[in-house]
Amino acid sequence: MSSALTRMRGRFDFAHIARWIAPGERVLDLGCGDGTLLRLLADTRQIRGYGVELDPENVAACIQNGVNVLQFNLERGLFGFEDRSFDHVIMSLSLQTVRHTVPILREMLRVGREVVVSFPNFAYKPHREAIAAGHMPVSRHLPYQWFDSPNVRFFTIADFERLCADERIEIIERMSFAEGRLVTRDPNLNAEVALYRIRDREPGSGNP
Amino acid sequence: MDDQDVGKDQSVGLVTPQTAVFDETLALKSGATLPGFSLAFETYGALNAARSNAVLVCHALSGNHHVAGFYDAHHRKETLGWWDNLVGPGKPLDTRRFFVVGVNNLGGCHGSTGPMSIHPETKRPYGADFPLVTVEDWVAAQARLADYLGIDAWAAVIGGSLGGMQALQWTLEYPQRVRHGMVIASTPRLSAQNIAFNEVARQAILSDPDFHGGHYYECDPSAKQPVKPRNGLRLARMVGHITYLSDDQLAEKFGRRMRHGAHRFNYEVEFEIESYLRHQGDKFAETFDANTYLLATKALDYFDPAFDYAGDLRAALARARADFFVASFTTDWRFVPEKSREIVYALLHNGLNVSYAEIDCDAGHDSFLLATPHYHATLAAYLRGITL
Repeated sequence: MSSALTRMRGRFDFAHIARWIAPGERVLDLGCGDGTLLRLLADTRQIRGYGVELDPENVAACIQNGVNVLQFNLERGLFGFEDRSFDHVIMSLSLQTVRHTVPILREMLRVGREVVVSFPNFAYKPHREAIAAGHMPVSRHLPYQWFDSPNVRFFTIADFERLCADERIEIIERMSFAEGRLVTRDPNLNAEVALYRIRDREPGSGNP
Repeated sequence: MDDQDVGKDQSVGLVTPQTAVFDETLALKSGATLPGFSLAFETYGALNAARSNAVLVCHALSGNHHVAGFYDAHHRKETLGWWDNLVGPGKPLDTRRFFVVGVNNLGGCHGSTGPMSIHPETKRPYGADFPLVTVEDWVAAQARLADYLGIDAWAAVIGGSLGGMQALQWTLEYPQRVRHGMVIASTPRLSAQNIAFNEVARQAILSDPDFHGGHYYECDPSAKQPVKPRNGLRLARMVGHITYLSDDQLAEKFGRRMRHGAHRFNYEVEFEIESYLRHQGDKFAETFDANTYLLATKALDYFDPAFDYAGDLRAALARARADFFVASFTTDWRFVPEKSREIVYALLHNGLNVSYAEIDCDAGHDSFLLATPHYHATLAAYLRGITL
């Protein structure tokens, strides 16, 4: 999990995520950065929240923000977290930084009743244009040069939805955005970020 | 308070230990009883009017009540408290805000009732007749001290290693009397390897001809040096000390460096690590008591809150009501981070508030005594968040 990325991750999606969280829920935020989202959910939804974060400065920042934080390495999975022990497991703008994509998705679906995940859409039109012009895209949500990027998985809205179909993951709701505004027409082309509510189609059967 | 109130050295300054005397019988977990007991303690900072700012610091195997400050201004370094880098005005455990209490545990050798104390009936030192005490007994005795000081509930109980076990035990034994449990470099139970090292340490002491079945205090009072199982205690400390440090750290600090540059083919000190260990052992053998060391290693071995719950730590921690701060160190091979994570998962199971830091530090188990920036920043942030 990249420290820099989680530290600067966008906040515009937090309000949308908050709408999906019911008061008093148990929430796990993976790659929680400085704990801003959990703080927001604690203040507005009275949740019992826990963040997972690897970066030492972010861990201290979470504690400073009065947020429960666990300094675990997500690449080791969610071993130790019990099945369905959270109402929502959230991973905001970090999925592209995790190497073991399917295992971490499976783990999130095991631990949470529902999963909220957001990621930058690699097929966003300006990104395609950058590639067409011969260069890797650099944008607000992909702010890194190819040689110093913490991102290890590059994928699109279409790719993610195909993976969900293959993995029998149910997409309950999708929201996509560009420039902080909702995108409804051809999101794979027009959205820079996508936000999903997903769950396991066959609870209890998915954990490999 | 503004920072001008903080001395440049952020020290609590010159401190004086106190003693609390309890004329009441203490029933111990072993079934034995103590007819009465004393606890040596120190305090730093001031108890607020609401009595809501008290923090108890529990010591580890070789520690005591002298947590911070110094006894002699001319020998500050030699008489400095063992966790002075944590406790003081402007330090993470800020004495401008908290009333901090350090206590020497029951069975100790620095002022509290222990094997060196006089048995009220026989009028002779307890020696080996001092009953074995457990972490539960220590916490029960500390609770009497809390009563004595007029503290209904600790804002926090904090400890590293064996001290962390006491912090955890406090949250189980007195769930209403501790608001924050801070469990550092600790474990919910010793491993077979941990017990094995303790057993080697005990055998070193028990097999020393100067041990005299634990009644060495009464041997030859005319001798220039009091009789004590120095060699045994020294060996015990040497083997213990190896487990407190990491391989990398020893390699960096000593490597294979030699005193004389060439092999001498004898058993005198040749490698620097030998010199270091002997020095640590010698120093410890003079300032610590072998009977206390024996019983403290047994307290470590016995600690296992899950024991009465068929090994289920989650069930054992169901009683806790405190918020928790748990920390471990990446190079601690004595109480590995995995053991701390086990505590964290058990707390999560019970829906308790918990934060967990896994600190990158190369100093092994002893890392908890260092002022590593991330470690102290995290501790400071957590302590600042405690409402008074």
